Amino acid sequence: MVRGVRIKDHWSEQRIFDQRVLIAGVFIVALTLVLIGRLFLLQVIRHDYYSELSQGNRVRIEPIPAARGLILDRNGEVLAANQPAYQLELVPEEVPDLDATLSGLVNLGLLDPDDLDNLRRTIKSRRAFDSVPIRLRLSEEDVAKFAVRRFEFPGVDIKTRQTRWYPNKEIAVHALGYVAAISEQDLDRIDRAAYAGTTLIGKLGVESAYEKELHGTNGFREVLVNAKGRSVQRQGAFVPKLRVQAPVPGTDLLTTLDMPTQRVAEEALGDRRGAVVAIDPNTGDIIALVSRPGFDPNLFGRGLTRAEFKALNEDVDLPLINRALRGTYPPGSTVKPVMALAGLAYNEVDPHAHRFCAGIFRLPGSSRPFREGRGGRHGPTDLWNAIARSCDVYFYDLANRLGVDRIAEFLAPFGFGSVTGIDIGGEKPGILPSREWKRKSFKRPEDQVWFPGETVSFGIGQGYMLVTPLQLAHYTAILASRGKSYKPRLVNGFRDPTTGQIRHIPPVQSAYLKNIPEEHWQIVTEGMMGTLKGRGTAAATAGRNMTYTIAGKTGTAQVFTVDANERYDEKTISERLRDHSWFIAFAPAEAPRIAVATIVENGGFGSTGAAPIVRKVLDAYLLDAEGKLKAPLPAQDTSRGPQSRGARPATPPRTVIPGGGSAPPPDLELEEGE
Amino acid sequence: MIYEEVTSGSRTRRTLTGTARMLLALKLDGPLLIGLSLVALYGLIVLYSASGQSLSMVGRAAIRLVMGGVAMLVLAQVNPNFLRRTSPWLYALGCVLLLIVDLTGYIGKGAQRWLDLGIVRFQPSELMKLAVPMMCAWYLHERPLPPSPLSLAVLTTLIFVPVAMVVAQPDLGTGMLIAIGGMLVIVLAGLQVRIIMALLGLAAIGAWIGWHFLHEYQRKRVLMFLDPQSDPLGAGYHTIQSQIAIGSGGPFGKGWMNGSQAQLEFLPERSTDFIFAVAGEEFGMLGLVILLLLYLFVVGRALYLAMQTQDTFARLLAGSLALTFFVYVFINAGMVSGLLPVVGVPLPLVSYGGTSMVTLLAGFGILMSLYSHRKLIGS
Repeated sequence: MVRGVRIKDHWSEQRIFDQRVLIAGVFIVALTLVLIGRLFLLQVIRHDYYSELSQGNRVRIEPIPAARGLILDRNGEVLAANQPAYQLELVPEEVPDLDATLSGLVNLGLLDPDDLDNLRRTIKSRRAFDSVPIRLRLSEEDVAKFAVRRFEFPGVDIKTRQTRWYPNKEIAVHALGYVAAISEQDLDRIDRAAYAGTTLIGKLGVESAYEKELHGTNGFREVLVNAKGRSVQRQGAFVPKLRVQAPVPGTDLLTTLDMPTQRVAEEALGDRRGAVVAIDPNTGDIIALVSRPGFDPNLFGRGLTRAEFKALNEDVDLPLINRALRGTYPPGSTVKPVMALAGLAYNEVDPHAHRFCAGIFRLPGSSRPFREGRGGRHGPTDLWNAIARSCDVYFYDLANRLGVDRIAEFLAPFGFGSVTGIDIGGEKPGILPSREWKRKSFKRPEDQVWFPGETVSFGIGQGYMLVTPLQLAHYTAILASRGKSYKPRLVNGFRDPTTGQIRHIPPVQSAYLKNIPEEHWQIVTEGMMGTLKGRGTAAATAGRNMTYTIAGKTGTAQVFTVDANERYDEKTISERLRDHSWFIAFAPAEAPRIAVATIVENGGFGSTGAAPIVRKVLDAYLLDAEGKLKAPLPAQDTSRGPQSRGARPATPPRTVIPGGGSAPPPDLELEEGE
Repeated sequence: MIYEEVTSGSRTRRTLTGTARMLLALKLDGPLLIGLSLVALYGLIVLYSASGQSLSMVGRAAIRLVMGGVAMLVLAQVNPNFLRRTSPWLYALGCVLLLIVDLTGYIGKGAQRWLDLGIVRFQPSELMKLAVPMMCAWYLHERPLPPSPLSLAVLTTLIFVPVAMVVAQPDLGTGMLIAIGGMLVIVLAGLQVRIIMALLGLAAIGAWIGWHFLHEYQRKRVLMFLDPQSDPLGAGYHTIQSQIAIGSGGPFGKGWMNGSQAQLEFLPERSTDFIFAVAGEEFGMLGLVILLLLYLFVVGRALYLAMQTQDTFARLLAGSLALTFFVYVFINAGMVSGLLPVVGVPLPLVSYGGTSMVTLLAGFGILMSLYSHRKLIGS
């Protein structure tokens, strides 16, 4: 073809166009014939098959819900299981008059009139052909009551379904979470088709965080139903091919909880409000996670009435709040060990030099007194004594010399002010105060300035700093493992419910503070051991009859600010305004296997409120029935079995000096201090 | 109907009848109008049953038909030269509107197809169904045919830009239809068969790449097409139920308003995208074949009109409009009967709702204008 000389040739174009239209016509006729052929196949050849499916007896696809995975503790004890129960279900497209049906069921006493609005919304949000549960866990009596009147309620039927059963009731409820009926909000975040036939969905804790694994894959079966939607057996010659696809049950979860320890911790807290978190410092595995008061998760699986939920939700003791993850409190003196480490790292303290504690500290050029928390004076105090006997004056002075910037920078890698990354989520980050934090958090310019006096209070964990019990346990675990920080976790393995095959998850090391020398850790650990010995703050309460070594620290978090020139008198203050009581500890001190943090709300001093609880938890975990220290499990004890897949060693041997030997991959290193 | 014998004295003359004269004056084409009316009537009858005997829905559909009819009448009066000159402007306007819709959709974080003009909500992608083939025909009308490789590249860009914006909304079905409308213009312009083959190959590769950009639900629809039985509770539900409806209708159907699948609400979207299945269940194969023949008549007549036009612009545009109409029918009937994936294309003039009915009739208005404004040589 010669370029540039092409001109429009109208006749040829008309010819090409006509030709194309002709070809298109052929295509059109051919495609129409294909369509008609398809219709012939459906409407003539397979007509009998399809009309059987549609007329008289129709096939309905019924989902078969998968069995939800079990939740087990580290010893194999079942914490959450499945139990068959009767429930009332409704298929919206088969109900002629929804309002009449619902009010009929209310009259029978099967539904609560208060729940009708919610129920109506739930039904509307589901697909017309889905079976919607409207009442869970019917009693035998309810079943009988409905059975005799069933004919009055087309589209409503009783189904046997698996519901969730928590044999330990409120024990560990805040760790496990619970399941409840699928709500409108849940529907937005799940695949509706995958949840057809599923009644319950995980709402909190492990049940919610591992919903995907626990849920499994629903199957389905085709059933013949008559015009009223009831399942019938096919009679006669024509039997349509009915398909069945078996469900795939959900994965069983192996949690890291140790139920004997958990129970002891729950009992030790008793009716008091508070939280206990125990972590294995070598892996981040959570041994016990308690938040009290709790609630019975079985109630939610049964379906709470609105009034019951309101009562729980509005209880002054907040049983629905997970204090371990969401309660934030000032850490009080429990920050002293890390303050001491900061002082050592920045060379602001000579561990053996004595400083005189006169029971009062004043900033140079200021008349405002900072008093010793419990009153009294410690006299000449070295670092060991300052930790063991919790000397405030010593740490007022140390904090003042460190300054807020260095403190904030040093504390951050211990997990303060940020979430620990626990696998169940929902935790609060607390507050690690700093100049920058203050500038961002306050509106008025005069409030945005950091005052030197605030640094002084910071030194003993009062003022703006807030921590969760989980954060404090995590920090205790870092102290115990001398700088290794593992992501706390409640689940460390999955078990295939059919084959019994177990898949372990290696622990995740989130940071490694390798720049803190071994002797610093040793000094602080010995100070903390002093807490439970001789004149230490917890010697009389938690330190009696020890058969193994414990390193601990008491703490008292102020709820109520005492005027600088007044004394705090426990007896005259109403119960809710009393101080919160903290205790953190790890044991055995020389080769720690457990790190615990406990808070007792309004429990008064750390030594009297929280320390005895921690001792019981340590004993429960570490001692056997005869009161002897259990033999330590092999190095990778809690990971249960060999870990062939993990490329890097999950748990470096405990004897390795930080910085030498098995260093973690470089991206995990944290540069500390100068 | 068209001619009548008038006898005056000894001479018998053939003259146009009154109806024909009126149609001529209104620039409408009688046979096409009759075909369209029959399809629309058929649609209203099926809709009455599919909507569960809802007269208000039928009424609303009828109002839309009248609106479409008015649009057709108005457009039929417009001179084709004017249409041709405005094509690029219309195309540019459409692109701008699409961009606005995409941006508001991006800000609102959700599917966005509408432009809210206060009183009426307007779907720019519908405008593009007409504007893209118009633009392509405009571009080709003074260039020698078959199109040169350069023209082909320009045309591909002209089609691709608005289509990409529509797919991003995300509205895969409409985007595809717009692309087909434009491509048909090029094919009718005489694109060589070997190039068509090569482009089809490229399209296959493009589809493979595009797969990675599809939304989850769109992918699911394609996968379900390949094996609808694999997910009977989810995406396969539509196809299974519509096949049961059509199949159980048999050769002669269960009778008007007697389709159990449709009336008992087993069939989803039964008055919109899946109305073809309602017709199949109640009127049987006979009813569907009649409907398909009506469609064939409309398409055939439209193609005939296209062949009668005299310039390139008119021919290409008219031909593309006629063929696109058939593509609609085939895709909808194909998806409802299980031959094609579920892509959300309504059955033209029968499915309830949407502005597509108005757009379609407007397209036919343009087609009639192109035909009726031709210069009658030597008559």
